[in-house]
Amino acid sequence: MGITISNISKSYKNVKALQDISFDVKPGELFGLIGPDGAGKTTLFRILTTLLIANEGTATVVGFDVVADYKKIRNSVGYMPGKFSLYQDLTVEENLSFFATIFGTTIEENYDLIKDIYVQIEPFKDRRAGKLSGGMKQKLALCCALIHKPKVLFLDEPTTGVDPVSRKEFWDMLKRLQQKDITILVSTPYMDEAALCDRIALIQHGKILEIDTPQAIVKHYPKQIYNVRANNMYQLITSLNKYEHHHSVYPFGEFVHYTDNRADINPNDLILYLESNNLLDVEIAKTVATIEDTFMELAK
Amino acid sequence: MKTILYIIQKEFKQIFRNKGMLPIIFVLPLLQLVILSNAATFEVKHIKFGYIDNDHTSTSRALVEKFKASTYFDVLTDFPSEALASSAMLKGEVDVVLEIPHYFERDLQKEKYNTLGVTINAIDGAAAGVENVYVTQIVQRFNQNLKVELLQVSDQQIQPITIETIPLFWYNETLNYKTFMVPGILVLLVTMITLFLSGMNIVREKEIGTLEQINVTPIKKSQFIIGKLFPFWVIGMGLLTIGLILAKLIFNVPMLGSLPLMYLYTSIYILVILGIGLFISNFTETQQQAMFIAWFFTVIFILMSGLFTPIESMPKWAQLFTEFNPIKYFVEVMRMVMLKGSGFMDILPQLLKTLLYAITMNGLAVWSYKKIT
Repeated sequence: MGITISNISKSYKNVKALQDISFDVKPGELFGLIGPDGAGKTTLFRILTTLLIANEGTATVVGFDVVADYKKIRNSVGYMPGKFSLYQDLTVEENLSFFATIFGTTIEENYDLIKDIYVQIEPFKDRRAGKLSGGMKQKLALCCALIHKPKVLFLDEPTTGVDPVSRKEFWDMLKRLQQKDITILVSTPYMDEAALCDRIALIQHGKILEIDTPQAIVKHYPKQIYNVRANNMYQLITSLNKYEHHHSVYPFGEFVHYTDNRADINPNDLILYLESNNLLDVEIAKTVATIEDTFMELAK
Repeated sequence: MKTILYIIQKEFKQIFRNKGMLPIIFVLPLLQLVILSNAATFEVKHIKFGYIDNDHTSTSRALVEKFKASTYFDVLTDFPSEALASSAMLKGEVDVVLEIPHYFERDLQKEKYNTLGVTINAIDGAAAGVENVYVTQIVQRFNQNLKVELLQVSDQQIQPITIETIPLFWYNETLNYKTFMVPGILVLLVTMITLFLSGMNIVREKEIGTLEQINVTPIKKSQFIIGKLFPFWVIGMGLLTIGLILAKLIFNVPMLGSLPLMYLYTSIYILVILGIGLFISNFTETQQQAMFIAWFFTVIFILMSGLFTPIESMPKWAQLFTEFNPIKYFVEVMRMVMLKGSGFMDILPQLLKTLLYAITMNGLAVWSYKKIT
């Protein structure tokens, strides 16, 4: 009763947006679709929300086929597009009651579902939607997507362009919604948000790289990662890239995430090499892989 | 039904909140009516007139006097030579030059026949045509008088045979151009405003992304379209009402026919325009595109509507084309009902054609409007 996707392909002229995508989202799951811009996330959302028809493959949402039963799907899903798309010249309350009405319901009927979120924007209910701050807009859009009590919620990059505090709040809200038996499919380009999902699919160039729980995905990472730090970041990266045994070098905050192509490595060799390249204060420490590391490794 | 009402309500809210749009909808069209109706006249006055009198006789002077007496001509100069007259025309100092030949009076008396040279500045072809008619009328009237005098002197037996036409301008006795321009311009503003607004409206939802949000809702195609377009139907009818009131109050245009008939026809006519607007918005992605396409069609429809130039003067293919011009029918009906007092049966052909047009256009528009892309 969640979402099933089997062998979906979609191309725009000669661009292959999606290639043979298959995965399932279980009922009540918070599923993350993680990938960079242009990976095909929005295309997949548009197919699942019946706005686009796939070239090949089939998909079902809450048990209904996305092509044959599209009308039934529209009654039971909520969709929040990446771009803010509510009526900017209507007030918060008018937007909400508009969407309630076209779904044949009222705000009062499903108020308990949106209550947690709506109370935060209720003080501004007479303000025009266009005049709200970015975080407020997201909350309003979420309310509008929830007002008809959908079984499945599609959120296309809901936190892109939202400040870190609002992002965190937003994910807390999603967790609470999940407890109300709503299946959530969310896409995001932020790797740190992936860890908050039950399961994630890593997607790039229209292909699924891996699907698993965030913990398992990180465990699958085949190599030991080292945090390397020195006095000159730029020189450190160039030097590591020149090192004959290097496997991958990625800047990661104040460290460089380094992996070696040998199974066994003595960190002191690396320190000596770097110091011979005029780098000072070299530090090396083992660290655990993050989803970002996994993604970079898979996308290689 | 409740959904449609709600969309209509939402649409009106949005229209009235758009502070930039309101004056465009209600003030500009009325300004247009007042200004255009006063300005779009076919009369040409204060024609700059010059003449070259090579004859210098009482007859030639009498002819020039006729022009001086006319209210349409400002007699400016007596040019001593044709070269000077030509250069004055080149500089734009005169519009019409009349050249009276040598021995004008003598030849006219001897041979009962003579020719005059008239040069008209035809940069503005329409004005030149009108000026030519004025000149010809004055010369003909002068010639008739002359003939009579001459004949009486030479032969008393033969009576002059002249046939004079006395025109009667039915339905607009004084040929008051405002009487037929005002209904036409009223048509223009109802058409332009409803077409532009409806054409841009759905595209606007596309542009700001709300259409996508609407498309994932269970709302029906028909509910959405009716809800979106009905407000513009109301606005179109409102514009007609305000326009008619102004036409009566300011221009005192006669309204012989029945008002309900006019409203009945307009209500169907606006459906055609809304259908075209929806059709345009289905094939465009931005308001700008929609605006340009709407503008393109309005210009063609207006210029080929018979409002400014008679359809009878168009080439055959263009006349055929006007059969598909909704504005043409609206102009015809408005003039027929307002000026002639035509009844339901008289405008039935136009009414049926418009109805057919409305059904076709809206059918096409709804068919091409897709919720799934």
